[in-house]
Amino acid sequence: MARKPTEKKDVPTTGHEWDGIQEYDNPMPRWWVWVFYATIVWGIGYTIAYPAWPLINGATPGLLGWSTRGDVAAEIQKFTDMNADLNARLASADLTALDDDPALKNYAVQYGRATFATFCSQCHGSGAAGAKGYPNLLDNDWLWGGDIEAIHTTVTYGIRSPDAEDDTRIGDMPAWADVLEEDELANVIEYVVSLAGGEHDTAMAEEGKVVFEDNCTACHGDDGSGIRELGAPDLTDAIWLYGSSREDIAETIRDGRAGVMPNWNTKLSEAQIAAVTAYVHQLGGGE
Amino acid sequence: MWDYIKLLVLAVIMVAAGYVANNARDLAYMVSAIEVALVALVVFIFVVRGMGETKTEPETGYMDDIIRVGVILTMFWGIVGFSVGVWIAFELAYPAINYSDALQGYLNFGRIRPLHTSAVIFAFGGTALITTSFYVLQRTTGARLFGGGLAKFVFWGYQVFILLAATGYVLGATQSKEYAEPEWYADLWLTIVWVAYLIVFMGTLMKRKEPHIYVANWFYLSFIVTIAMLHIINNLAVPVSVFGSKSVQLFAGVQDAMTQWWYGHNAVGFFLTAGFLGMMYYFVPKQAERPVFSYKLSIIHFWALIFLYIWAGPHHLHYTALPDWASTLGMVMSVVLWMPSWGGMINGLMTLSGAWDKLRTDPVIRMMVVSVGFYGMSTFEGPMMSIRAVNSLSHYTDWTIGHVHSGALGWNGMITFGALYFLVPRLWGKKELYSLKLVSWHFWLATIGIVLYAASMWVTGIMEGLMWREVDAQGFLVNSFADTVAAKHPMLVVRGIGGLLYLTGASIMAYNLWKTVTRAPAKADAPAAVAAE
Repeated sequence: MARKPTEKKDVPTTGHEWDGIQEYDNPMPRWWVWVFYATIVWGIGYTIAYPAWPLINGATPGLLGWSTRGDVAAEIQKFTDMNADLNARLASADLTALDDDPALKNYAVQYGRATFATFCSQCHGSGAAGAKGYPNLLDNDWLWGGDIEAIHTTVTYGIRSPDAEDDTRIGDMPAWADVLEEDELANVIEYVVSLAGGEHDTAMAEEGKVVFEDNCTACHGDDGSGIRELGAPDLTDAIWLYGSSREDIAETIRDGRAGVMPNWNTKLSEAQIAAVTAYVHQLGGGE
Repeated sequence: MWDYIKLLVLAVIMVAAGYVANNARDLAYMVSAIEVALVALVVFIFVVRGMGETKTEPETGYMDDIIRVGVILTMFWGIVGFSVGVWIAFELAYPAINYSDALQGYLNFGRIRPLHTSAVIFAFGGTALITTSFYVLQRTTGARLFGGGLAKFVFWGYQVFILLAATGYVLGATQSKEYAEPEWYADLWLTIVWVAYLIVFMGTLMKRKEPHIYVANWFYLSFIVTIAMLHIINNLAVPVSVFGSKSVQLFAGVQDAMTQWWYGHNAVGFFLTAGFLGMMYYFVPKQAERPVFSYKLSIIHFWALIFLYIWAGPHHLHYTALPDWASTLGMVMSVVLWMPSWGGMINGLMTLSGAWDKLRTDPVIRMMVVSVGFYGMSTFEGPMMSIRAVNSLSHYTDWTIGHVHSGALGWNGMITFGALYFLVPRLWGKKELYSLKLVSWHFWLATIGIVLYAASMWVTGIMEGLMWREVDAQGFLVNSFADTVAAKHPMLVVRGIGGLLYLTGASIMAYNLWKTVTRAPAKADAPAAVAAE
């Protein structure tokens, strides 16, 4: 219908001409005009229904009484009400007895998964498989303990967290660069590799064993299997937080390691911490 | 006498810039000052060289020298902008190619993303607008550009602004305001250039030989006036030191956000829409050799467009600290803007009615039709996305990126390509383009590139939006942010390939235009520029 006017041969031009360009004096397409009017009418109606026109003090609230904040608050309230009972039970639950309450456990794990995705996945990965320097939470190798209470403590107070000095878990892998000679370092690396069953130089490892016994057993234990109270890793299990290459191990020994996990008790609620603990515990390695 | 004053001023600028560079507090500012000194030196040399020559009679024809330079620079900035775009697209798909360690972060996504947006919008688009506006203005007024050398100042001054802006992005001077990243010194310079632009434009209009002002010039003028207003208000800031690039914004908090998006949306509205409609209103009827479809429609949609666009900014801030009333008004104005925007599309497409057969034979017309088509599509998509309920899904996702690019690649890019294909034979006095077949190749590569780009961004955008808001039966979020990033990867690769096709098309165009200038047969009769009677 909009094409009709130009099909008529006798549509005049406006009589103007610029550089050979003329203009037809066609009317505006009717459908265009009517849709334009319709959007204006709709616009007026919408601004009456919703908060729109600024006045001296505040703005018109709109006949529907709707607001973005109200909308979000209502949606949050819906789930808060729905979950209120479970949340209260979770905050005060005995986590060791969670298996006896399947409904609460299921809720905790779902809640924990969402909490983990929001707050923990940045370091531990969205699948909890960790990354270099950030422990894998799917295996059964635990630096600070893998039973549900140990995990709860770790999440609550963090590790070497400067914001929770008194409660956080503390353990140091010191820098050995000033203590060990270069050949001692090379030898102890061979020994550490041998502990985990890697290919190694037997003679050097023999010498490294002496270095290890003089310097490392206090934290890593006589057999290198680690001491959880100190957060000292088990060196016999071929799971490497900071890499298994000789360069990585050398860097770890020379410079030390002191990864930080924040304390979450100031950011998450009791129920959230319980939930994320339950989630991590059931990922596969929980003790 | 006048030349000596010029030399004196340039010498003072050189010395001052050198002093500033020596005392600069940061690298970006120091390099910018050195650039200013070098530019002043180059101009100084040109003035000295020109002094010996005897003054000829003032020229009377159209001023086409800078338009020829403008065509070349538009093409150049296009290739630069598209290349950086392709690069950052692949940075998003494969973060390793940020080469953060090797390049010390200088080419990280965060630094060269504004380099890309500014290169395409302000360098490519801005140079295209200044160049075509000078061409169209002269042809449709029958008058030489007003102000003597002022037009040259506008043109080259704008290029200096681009240089200062780009230097700042890579070396770390930024206001962190989208599309308004350049710091205070570059902003002040642009203000001077822009006022000169307005004087040239108004002056030429006032001495026009035609009784009426052609519609293209209304759009160009609204673009110049509004950009001046937006630029000044959004960049109100106090420099920390005259020897440093850092400045402090006048507005803070939600006022700052609102000012920024009032600016940001109207940069789209008046730079990329009104300005380019000016281009469309000249080159489409010229290439189609048909009268404009409806004068009435052009009046009504012009006034409706410029009245409504200026209010639409708040739709960038739905569900933020912005009060609901402002958000509602922004949304309503955006929806009402739909038909005024489409007025330009109707006038463009209907002008071609009666010349549809040319689509088969003239790939340049085809380019313009697709351009107007994408204009129509993105000016429908925009109002739709401004609706709060739609926006709650689309905002912060790649859908927005796709929307911007179907407008920028489809509408702004294609109409500029059409205009350049129109201009080159005429400006260099050639009978025709070197190869229409290569134009066809450009057309298809660009069109397929845009389709890949827009389609992949719709898919990831909607997917992302749905994944972010997905909650389980108990109201818990299902996905972590990293899950959505991982899910996007294949589509990010498709987007990069789309961009690569578009860049390839533009490179073919550059080759074709180069060959046209150097190889195509000259037009038989007249020289390139002849003033209207």
